[in-house]
Amino acid sequence: MSRAGAFLHRRAGVRLALLLSAPLAWLGLAYLGALAALLVTAFHSVDTFTGTLNRTFTWANFLDLATGEVYRTIVLRSVGVALAVTAIDLVVAFPMAFAMAKLAGPRTRRWLVIAVLTPLWASYLVKAYAWRVMLSSGGLLGWGFGLTATVLTLAYLWLPYMILPIYAGLERLPGSLLEAAGDLGARSWQVFRTVVWPLTFPAVIAGSIFTFSLSLGDYIAVKIVGGRSQLIGNVVYDNIGAAGDLPFAAAVATVPVVVMLGYLAAVRRTGALESL
Amino acid sequence: MPGSETAVGLRGLRKEFGPVTAVDGIDLEVRDGEFFAMLGPSGSGKTTVLRMIAGFEPPTAGTIELGGADVTRLAPFERDVNTVFQDYALFPHMNVLANVEYGLRVKKVPKAERRERALAALRSVRLAGFESRRPAQLSGGQRQRVALARTLVNRPRVLLLDEPLGALDLKLREEMQVELKELQRAVGITFLFVTHDQEEALTMSDRVAVFDRGRIEQVGTPAEVYERPATAFVAGFVGTSNLIAGAAAEKLLGRSGTYSVRPEKLRVVPGADALAGPDERSAAGTVAEVVYAGPATRFVVDLDAGGRLIALQQNLQVSSMEVLGLRGARVRLVWQRRHEFAIT
Repeated sequence: MSRAGAFLHRRAGVRLALLLSAPLAWLGLAYLGALAALLVTAFHSVDTFTGTLNRTFTWANFLDLATGEVYRTIVLRSVGVALAVTAIDLVVAFPMAFAMAKLAGPRTRRWLVIAVLTPLWASYLVKAYAWRVMLSSGGLLGWGFGLTATVLTLAYLWLPYMILPIYAGLERLPGSLLEAAGDLGARSWQVFRTVVWPLTFPAVIAGSIFTFSLSLGDYIAVKIVGGRSQLIGNVVYDNIGAAGDLPFAAAVATVPVVVMLGYLAAVRRTGALESL
Repeated sequence: MPGSETAVGLRGLRKEFGPVTAVDGIDLEVRDGEFFAMLGPSGSGKTTVLRMIAGFEPPTAGTIELGGADVTRLAPFERDVNTVFQDYALFPHMNVLANVEYGLRVKKVPKAERRERALAALRSVRLAGFESRRPAQLSGGQRQRVALARTLVNRPRVLLLDEPLGALDLKLREEMQVELKELQRAVGITFLFVTHDQEEALTMSDRVAVFDRGRIEQVGTPAEVYERPATAFVAGFVGTSNLIAGAAAEKLLGRSGTYSVRPEKLRVVPGADALAGPDERSAAGTVAEVVYAGPATRFVVDLDAGGRLIALQQNLQVSSMEVLGLRGARVRLVWQRRHEFAIT
């Protein structure tokens, strides 16, 4: 045993390989494998009459997707919802994270962190239905269902994913930088604009990747509170279930992936990913 | 040269953090153009006083005046003081020039003027040519000088420095001590700096306030504080305390009380029965320890009369071999009467 320990101590590479083999295998098979399968399936087709899978290569699914007016509307609507959710979460999360990281004492801070984390321990469905009850005509808010309700519900669901990265980013920001800015004559909003925002921007981006991608792929919240409006996720879901057209569902599912890749590419140019 | 006008006036200043009293009622006047040191061990309240003057902490009680005007309730950006932080607090996302221009930029000084003033400030700290570097690309000493330029460019009434040399290595620290002093003379701004390093306080400042447990023990010129410490704490914190107390004082000085002699004022004479001159006093003892430190040697001597004194001798002629051989030897310590002083 001790000999093995000594061996591992000398060979840092072996140690690293042992530690990473299981997680990397999981990532490679379960994650990348599934993505590859998705991509391959998207180029297959289904026989409309017999419902059997035809594995010959075809662009048909993507052509349908590109030419269908209804799909374009749904994609744009989904991106819009994701952007709105991200914007709302950012506006709500930043002051919260700032209070947690820079203003609260150690005790208050601990309670606030717990308060932000607790909703994550509750089931997604419970939270979505709670919003349904609140928004229904007899409920606490009674605003009814639809896109606005969907945006509100999603913004609530993903809020912790925006707060936590920004909180971490603000915690890394030395308090002396804020004091130095004030000391040199900057008022609060100038301190925010010239020091806090530029230095926490990478954290904001990290949070926005969560809220944006989670919103883009969601189809349950919109089913519960969205009324008759549909998002990309619903189209995927309906094609798997009711229509039984797995290849078309796969093609639709590549859309959020492509949008996210585009988003990440844009983010990368800001340099925000280097500090993740 | 220090003027007679008051740059900073503190009256009855107190600060409590919950049950802890960090600053326990302080009165202090710092004169215009003075290089003033607040010296004390960590936790003595000196940094808290500095932070209250800067406006980062509101005092629990008392007033703070800058140039005769009460600023106790003003925000940091409303006070005509600037701070050099211990960690320098340079903005990592801005280059050196943008850091130095920052104060002028937020105060909406026209671009041409602020560029000119920033470049002049960088020249004054010998950093011309570093404008486009990022803080991460600078050495500790260079960062320190950027922090100085960033504050001096605003021409504040008072410059506050929080352990400004604490993060530098010894060699650089000694260079910067001289440089800071020259810079302060050149710009004529009041420097108020916090340090726990007695040597730094003595070499750089016009006057020193010695802090202990939230109070000021003594205010004076470096020579006053060193040669005539008012309390046992000051005697111990500024230099080596070397106390003669109780029975030893009665026996050697013929008086009761506590007295102190600085180590460098003691002469070590071999043999226990050397004679003292008319204005001198002496005490016989045994060398307990010899610490050879290059230019000088520190002798720890146990007195026959009780107690122990430390004597510092220049190694004018002797070598390490010779002085180390004195361990355990009988010696007599001789000093001039005018160099012993009573301590309260």
